[in-house]
Amino acid sequence: MGRYVARRLLQLIPVVLGTTFIIYVAVYALPGDPIQALAGPHQVVAPAVAHALRARYHLDQPLLVQYVYYLTGLLHADFGVDFNGTSVIQIIIASWPITVTLALTAWAFEIIFGLSLGTVAAIRRGELADHTVLAGTTLIMGIPYFVLAYVAQILIGVKLGWFPVSGIEDGWPKSYLLPGFILALISLPSIARLTRASVLENLRADYVDTAIAKGLSYRRVILKHVLRNSLIPVTSLLAIDLGYLLGGTVLIEGIFNLPGLGFQIFTGIQQHDGPVVVGVSTLLVLVFLFVNLVVDLGYGVLDPRIRHV
Amino acid sequence: MSERAVDVIAPRIATEAEVVLPPISAGLMRHLLRQPRFLIPAFGVFVACVMAAVPQLFAGLFGHGDPNACDLANSGLGPMPGHPFGFDIQGCDLYSNVIYGARASMSIGLLSTAAILVIAILLGSVAGYSGGIADSIIGRLMDIFFGFPALVGMIVFLETFNTHTALSVSLVLALFMWPAATRVMRGSVLATAHLDFVTASRSIGAGYLRILARHVIPNSIGPVAVLGSLSIGGVIAAEAALTFLGVGLRAPSISWGVQLNTAQQYFEIHPNLLIFPGLFLSLTILSFVLIGDTLRDALDPKLR
Repeated sequence: MGRYVARRLLQLIPVVLGTTFIIYVAVYALPGDPIQALAGPHQVVAPAVAHALRARYHLDQPLLVQYVYYLTGLLHADFGVDFNGTSVIQIIIASWPITVTLALTAWAFEIIFGLSLGTVAAIRRGELADHTVLAGTTLIMGIPYFVLAYVAQILIGVKLGWFPVSGIEDGWPKSYLLPGFILALISLPSIARLTRASVLENLRADYVDTAIAKGLSYRRVILKHVLRNSLIPVTSLLAIDLGYLLGGTVLIEGIFNLPGLGFQIFTGIQQHDGPVVVGVSTLLVLVFLFVNLVVDLGYGVLDPRIRHV
Repeated sequence: MSERAVDVIAPRIATEAEVVLPPISAGLMRHLLRQPRFLIPAFGVFVACVMAAVPQLFAGLFGHGDPNACDLANSGLGPMPGHPFGFDIQGCDLYSNVIYGARASMSIGLLSTAAILVIAILLGSVAGYSGGIADSIIGRLMDIFFGFPALVGMIVFLETFNTHTALSVSLVLALFMWPAATRVMRGSVLATAHLDFVTASRSIGAGYLRILARHVIPNSIGPVAVLGSLSIGGVIAAEAALTFLGVGLRAPSISWGVQLNTAQQYFEIHPNLLIFPGLFLSLTILSFVLIGDTLRDALDPKLR
């Protein structure tokens, strides 16, 4: 296990370097003069001032040297400074709990609805319930989730008034249930379908016949035997999905006005506040990589075969 | 390749096309053409294509075919005779605008899917057939792009671009979506590269490029082609989401994403601004998803 952990950590290094480098190049090496942008498009910048600013932000150094400076900054939790002079890490510290709460709420919805719908569809294979789940999941896949979010806001928030339309004034759970549910809808179809396929596969297994033959109730066979074995692939999909949920919050937090990390990206785009967009995105990428690493290590514990590939 | 959990379960989730190997035969086409759940979405895609190619055909149906003929006096008005969807916030006929919006979605969907397929076929076949260093480099490169969650990478790129044309949006979409297709192509090439006719052609002295181009690629292109046709819906949805966020296409471009982006401020008072572009966008994506589902069921013998 120790060697497996070490190898996975080593594999992560080029990926972290690569993703941060891509973000860095996209932002800092594309056409346009950052000093001019800082001053405003029509301002004349004195050559001496421009020179001093260039030296201060290391812009007079080669690209790779600049990248190393940027990377060192990241290691010191320096994600840059936004256009109002607030450091991006300050914004991140203020907003991450909201994103984590939202992602975990959505995750709970995925687990509850994904597993139960998938299991019901598998047990009632070919019947009305099965067709309903298949049709419903297809429909959800076909409608962009930001459209779904607005429809939910109009129907459930405005017309029915069951949940607040936006903001986090009502705290958890009231303010998070509706956005969390919409966020869960992104992966719900694949989780329900994977559960269905996995349960179907296990229903055909010999141990099910054995369990029924020895007189166990159908309910017990499903809950204690089939479901437990079917959950192995679903668990890993759910674990990976947690990382995607954190990244998928941009649209949902923007629409529902939840001031989390995704909301900072959403408003950063609207206010053309590049440093916030880039800083928060970098953090989301790093968190995503970290979650994937934890998932892989956990998977190595669950399934020893994977360590010896 | 690495031994990440995602690699182990990947064939079981979104990229189920990986297990799809049989080529699209005449028999399969006959099988599909008899199924209403293939024919109906196929008709939907056909209508969307015609709408994108010649919007004039549909736009003038109610007598007001010009999407740019606007009168601010009509701003946000609801449906009325001659204007079945009402007017947008600029007082333009919403129906003709929604019809003209098909072009942006469809062209970006097709353009970036084409780019994804070209990259996937080139890199996937080199990685799968050459193995060794080339395979490792391409594999690491794929890992890097897999490291970006959802739309985040695309947002960073588009945010820094000054141009927001169909071309630049398509290229950014392709930049972050090629790895999944490349992985499928690589797997399929790995399976083909050891077949007898490849060995035979190598033994009679055929060169590297000739074997790749004449034997390996034509025989392993099936799964990635299927995956490509399935991913058009996903690309269109991603484009709409990016445009909606404000980093994709921008007004005065006419697109469903731009219309939805405008609608977000006014939807409580003028829900028609949200409903009609959202409906057309959803029906288009749904058609591609349904075709993909049917195709996958037809190709996967286990489910038949």
